[in-house]
Amino acid sequence: MKFGRFLTGLGALIVVGVAGAFVYAWKPKIAPIKPPDRGSFHQALVEHGAKLAAVGNCTACHTNPGGKSFAGGLTIPTPFGTIYSSNITPDAETGIGTWSEAAFQRAMREGVGRKGEHLYPAFPYDHFTNVSDDDNRALYAFLMTRQPVKATPPPNELPFPLNVRLVLAGWKMLFFRDGAYQVDASQSEEWNRGAYLVNGLGHCGACHTPRNALGAEKASLHLAGGEAEGWSAFALDGSSPAPVVWDKDSLYTYLRQGWHPDHGVANGPMGEVTGNLGLLPDSDIRAMATYIASIMGEPSAERRAKSDKLLEEIKSGPITSAISADPSASGGKGAVIYEAACAVCHENGRPQPFGGLDLRLSSTVHAPDAQNAINMVLYGLPAASGRTSAIMPGFADVLTNDQLNDLLGYLRQHFTDQPAWTDVVQRAADTRTGKYHVSVRPSDGIERGPSNIGAEDQ
Amino acid sequence: MKLNVNGSTHEVDADPATPLLYVLRNDLELNAAKFGCGLGQCGACTVMVDGKAIFSCLTPILLLEGREIKTVEGLGTIDSPGPMQQAFIEEQAAQCGYCIPGMMMRAQALLQSKPDASDAEIQTTLETNLCRCGTHMRILKAVKRARELMKTAAMAPASGERKV
Repeated sequence: MKFGRFLTGLGALIVVGVAGAFVYAWKPKIAPIKPPDRGSFHQALVEHGAKLAAVGNCTACHTNPGGKSFAGGLTIPTPFGTIYSSNITPDAETGIGTWSEAAFQRAMREGVGRKGEHLYPAFPYDHFTNVSDDDNRALYAFLMTRQPVKATPPPNELPFPLNVRLVLAGWKMLFFRDGAYQVDASQSEEWNRGAYLVNGLGHCGACHTPRNALGAEKASLHLAGGEAEGWSAFALDGSSPAPVVWDKDSLYTYLRQGWHPDHGVANGPMGEVTGNLGLLPDSDIRAMATYIASIMGEPSAERRAKSDKLLEEIKSGPITSAISADPSASGGKGAVIYEAACAVCHENGRPQPFGGLDLRLSSTVHAPDAQNAINMVLYGLPAASGRTSAIMPGFADVLTNDQLNDLLGYLRQHFTDQPAWTDVVQRAADTRTGKYHVSVRPSDGIERGPSNIGAEDQ
Repeated sequence: MKLNVNGSTHEVDADPATPLLYVLRNDLELNAAKFGCGLGQCGACTVMVDGKAIFSCLTPILLLEGREIKTVEGLGTIDSPGPMQQAFIEEQAAQCGYCIPGMMMRAQALLQSKPDASDAEIQTTLETNLCRCGTHMRILKAVKRARELMKTAAMAPASGERKV
């Protein structure tokens, strides 16, 4: 009965395997605590935590536009289903009020909730695992001293088996390595600080790195361009679509103030990021710029020369189009639309950030895909609430998808040396129907309660 | 080309790149919509196209063939103002009045598609329209009144016949 023995052996293996998987997957519950008093945290630690929470952009996911800060409930569409962000206020019942610091440290380091449940990687613990114990302590102090809010997010809408959190143990086994940041001794202290912020709490790769079919970042394509909230997150490596090459100084300026004269204004979810980074000291922003510049690497001599030439040309004002603004001419309809609707701002010479960007400088118009250009033209850049900010009107109610295609065809032809986008009509239709969920955000940064005028989810 | 404005068709002899605002004011002599900034930033030029509020200063007529354009002149007449106009009169919402036609058209577009728009939705929708006199509170009151008048008008057998 050789075969019978084989079956028994196989059965035993499966039992051991499943048991082993359970042991691997099982995480203990950490005992609840009484929510700590505000007085139990040093004010300096709380203030430090506030800056770190800004680096982590925590509020972007954990606050609904116009809702209470950190009370969660924001819809996060993923290719696998919809996740709703959790309440991270110190409310004992519905927030993290009963979490001890150890439970918080474990969530950041391992992606496990207080009760031992595996957390969905929409919470970017693949990055947060790099955060130091000291920084987690400060973040904990900051969050536990926020206003507690009683609010339970809607249940996640995920299909079986993804709604069983135990499967996340398998995902972690495949894609997740926990551990604090390891200093690269061959690099400067500033570079290491930048890498710690960019790859750890800043979780830049969560948007700027492409993901595989199971939603994990492709390690071999670190910061090579990804997507976020219906937008393309441009490549931050050598394949950056920016017509003018980025360097350490321009990256610093852009991250520091949310815009750069040669690159334009941060928009979409990036507006929130630069808005949040406003809390950081210059030295940290410089460190991030240093690290990202090193990821981008030295541009080729040819690319540098092209970039320098463009900057020279820009100085002498707008260029005349070879395409006549005549609807019967090839490309002419797009030229007509550009002249009437766009050129009044984009060619009026008003400097950044309040003037329209010369589109020869626009990464959006030079990008590999049309998504950001479609989003910008349809929804524009809403005004910020109660302060001066860059704005752009949206044209969703004016332009049909064909007319939008005419316009973008003209922009590509006239302002770039890139090939035409071929899927604009379909993409625009899918964007309007909400197949691509687009977060529209003001450029000055974060638009979260008490009033919410600009931010909208399309 | 042909443009459909306030329910009637007009043959217009203008360059297709001409912004709708200029055609309305100069060719058709419909002077409700105003030139403010010319950049789509103030809202004084707002009119409706196919029921949606748009900036006429940034919209070349090329885009508008076969579409329904509506201006304040299409909301009612002096003798028989429409509910939106009536509400603005009753609330005395205008000071200099320059922004009012744009405000009315954006509010009209909102209330047509959403008759029960909340106060917060009204405020958010009008965000793109600026008023320099500072009559915002009266404008908001007027739109809220219009929200009620439009419901009454919708129920009345003959709309637009309300006595002042």
